[in-house]
Amino acid sequence: MKPDDPDVIWLEEPKLNLFERLYLPAIIDGLGVTGRHAVTKKMTRQYPDEPYQPADPLKYRGVHRLNRDEQGRVKCVACFLCATACPAHCIDIVAAEAPWPDREKYPEHFAIDELRCIYCGMCEEACPVDAIELTSFYDLTGLTREEMVFDKEKLLSVFDMTKDREPLRTAGFRLSQVPPEEKEEEEK
Amino acid sequence: MATIVVNGQEIQIPDGARMNLIEAARLAGVEIPHYCYHPGLSVVASCRMCLVEVGQRDADGNVRMLPKLVPACATPAQDGTVVVTNSEKVRSAEALVEELLLLDHPVDCPICDQAGECYLQDYYYKYGRRERRAPAEPFTSRRKDVGQFVTLFIDRCVMCSRCVRFTREVSGTGELAVVKRGNRAIIDVFPGQELNNPLSGNTVDICPVGALCSKPFLYKQRVWFLRTHRSICTLCATGCAVLVDQNMNRVYRLRPRFNPNANDWWMCDYGRFGFDFVYDPRRLLRPGTRGDDSEPSATDWEVVLESLATRVRRAAQEGKPVGVLLSPFLSCEDAYLACTWFREVAPAARFYLGPVPVEGEDERFPKRPLGAIGGGTESRPRFVISGEKCPNARGVRLVIEHFQERAQEVADFVADLDRDGAGFVYIAGGYPQPWGDELAGVLEKADYVVVHDLFPGPLTEKADLVLPMAVWFERAGSYVNRNGVLQCTERAVVPRGEARSVGRVMWSLLGRSGLYRAEDVLQELALAVPAFAPAGAISDYPEHGIPLQSVHVAAGEEPAEV
Ligand code: SF4
Ligand code: SF4
Ligand code: SF4
Ligand code: FES
Repeated sequence: MKPDDPDVIWLEEPKLNLFERLYLPAIIDGLGVTGRHAVTKKMTRQYPDEPYQPADPLKYRGVHRLNRDEQGRVKCVACFLCATACPAHCIDIVAAEAPWPDREKYPEHFAIDELRCIYCGMCEEACPVDAIELTSFYDLTGLTREEMVFDKEKLLSVFDMTKDREPLRTAGFRLSQVPPEEKEEEEK
Repeated sequence: MATIVVNGQEIQIPDGARMNLIEAARLAGVEIPHYCYHPGLSVVASCRMCLVEVGQRDADGNVRMLPKLVPACATPAQDGTVVVTNSEKVRSAEALVEELLLLDHPVDCPICDQAGECYLQDYYYKYGRRERRAPAEPFTSRRKDVGQFVTLFIDRCVMCSRCVRFTREVSGTGELAVVKRGNRAIIDVFPGQELNNPLSGNTVDICPVGALCSKPFLYKQRVWFLRTHRSICTLCATGCAVLVDQNMNRVYRLRPRFNPNANDWWMCDYGRFGFDFVYDPRRLLRPGTRGDDSEPSATDWEVVLESLATRVRRAAQEGKPVGVLLSPFLSCEDAYLACTWFREVAPAARFYLGPVPVEGEDERFPKRPLGAIGGGTESRPRFVISGEKCPNARGVRLVIEHFQERAQEVADFVADLDRDGAGFVYIAGGYPQPWGDELAGVLEKADYVVVHDLFPGPLTEKADLVLPMAVWFERAGSYVNRNGVLQCTERAVVPRGEARSVGRVMWSLLGRSGLYRAEDVLQELALAVPAFAPAGAISDYPEHGIPLQSVHVAAGEEPAEV
């Protein structure tokens, strides 16, 4: 940003008049706020005794899940776009040829280091097949660092756990789609 | 000098340079997009991506433009040719061709290995329409394995026919053809054939899209993670210039790099897919002494080098022979530093050139003369795979011949050792497989044997000290190929384990300070050895290598290059 950038609006700090400079009004204001909170409902949540439920689970960015396709297979096509987008470099994928006739490529191994992740949601944004999503599940604990590297099975199990509560956040193309019928006809 | 005008900019092209407008425009820094044109293949002008407006400027400076767009790939650049590539007409033609090519395309870029270096992608972003008018229905492309190393994704093909022309014109094996017609045309192998010629991997490189993919590399990496280093292939004496693609210190792919002095645009499958031995679990990774299974620690290099030096000195003092066998897999720098050090500590040291592996005859391409399939006749081969399966027999020989009358061979080594015994023997290998049965027996006669090599084998069993060697892409160096061209390589990855190159070991033995830099050693070598003089005083090594005049190309050996 340059100082002469036309998009930058420079503001002057307003001058305080004598009354304001006494600071009394500000102090009274402040005391008012304190007093109000002393009598209204308490804001502090006694976590973890009182667990927190995100108001809109579809907007919360918590632990990842790997979605499954209609046949229950991992939906991810191992394109590495999430790993490319991830600013924390915490996604590790090993791709392979898919064992299924209607799919070409799939992740043989998929791991996310949940400790290194900054929960920015870039992976979700990057995924062309909506295979990776963040859930509203947030209270992760583990006793070792290794335990916090979630592998494919674990990420799929997060999907199984959350799929009823949280529907797919987005819906777009499916690369796993079978080739259109006419293509198959042509083959014959 | 012919003057041509590209988008209003005048450029000079040298007389006699037979150039089409794509090449000429490139000289002016203007890219003309193209699929079917490849400088190494015949021109068919079939993809229509390179359509441009062309005119002729006469002596008075009046320009007459042709009414229609013409393909730049099939239009020669002549004096007064005027090319326009940025007009509305050209831009819309480019966008329409792109749109046409993508009508039936599976748009499966996320799972396509070519994504990131795909001309269909790049050109679509540069020259295509912003929005797609046809429905986009991504699906998986039909796939067919056409050969041992090559797989074809049928629906990704843009029908440029480069691969077909390659198998007809360069490999001369003609396995591929276009079958069916119109929008149903696909590439296929002839019934009962497979794309299994030793140059098949090149079709993957020249395919401008992801239709032909390399099976060994399939899905191993996304290309944007790879870092590229300039190197050569060291598996035969042709010494193809290559690019080594590496990610996180592991090499995944070799690709040919254009060098008219060695390989043109091509390389063979033996070299391309033959670097697996580097990651063989049997490779030597740590220095070790005989009968010593314990894992020496990292500092051991210093310790072993010290004892090595003491042994050589002792042998020299006692007047016992010192034998140094240098394999043709070493770089010129390796050989030079080794000779320098051994000369210094043991002035009577004898140098021998290790066995030069030869497997059969040179393989020449095209397999069948071009005339047999159609087109002209060419007598000189387009590509030669050398029967001599090592990169630097000429370079190491030149270096040794500088230090002693004649580069003695393995037979001399065996005979000398048998006759005189030795106080010290140093064997530098680097062969891609265990070797040395013919030497192993006679090593008993040496008091102390050091083997610097890649794999355990008959020699390491006899050795008193085994040192792990770095392979070519784990070190920088230069090599002299069969045409007598010196090519320099960069280091692509750090060596596995504690492996070190001969050059680096000798550098520490010579007690030189600072890091071992192959460039500096080559400069020194160029000053010291007249044969290498052309490599001297060059700060930036030419991509196409440096021809060394004094290398006699053996009788009957033709230059591998056209
Ligand atoms: S949320 Fe952000 S940091 Fe975490 S894995 Fe996804 S892209 Fe990486
Ligand atoms: S972006 Fe989506 S499809 Fe691609 S590797 Fe990541 S999770 Fe898999
Ligand atoms: S397979 Fe590749 S090289 Fe061959 S015609 Fe199709 S696009 Fe061209
Ligand atoms: S490159 Fe000119 S028509 Fe294909």
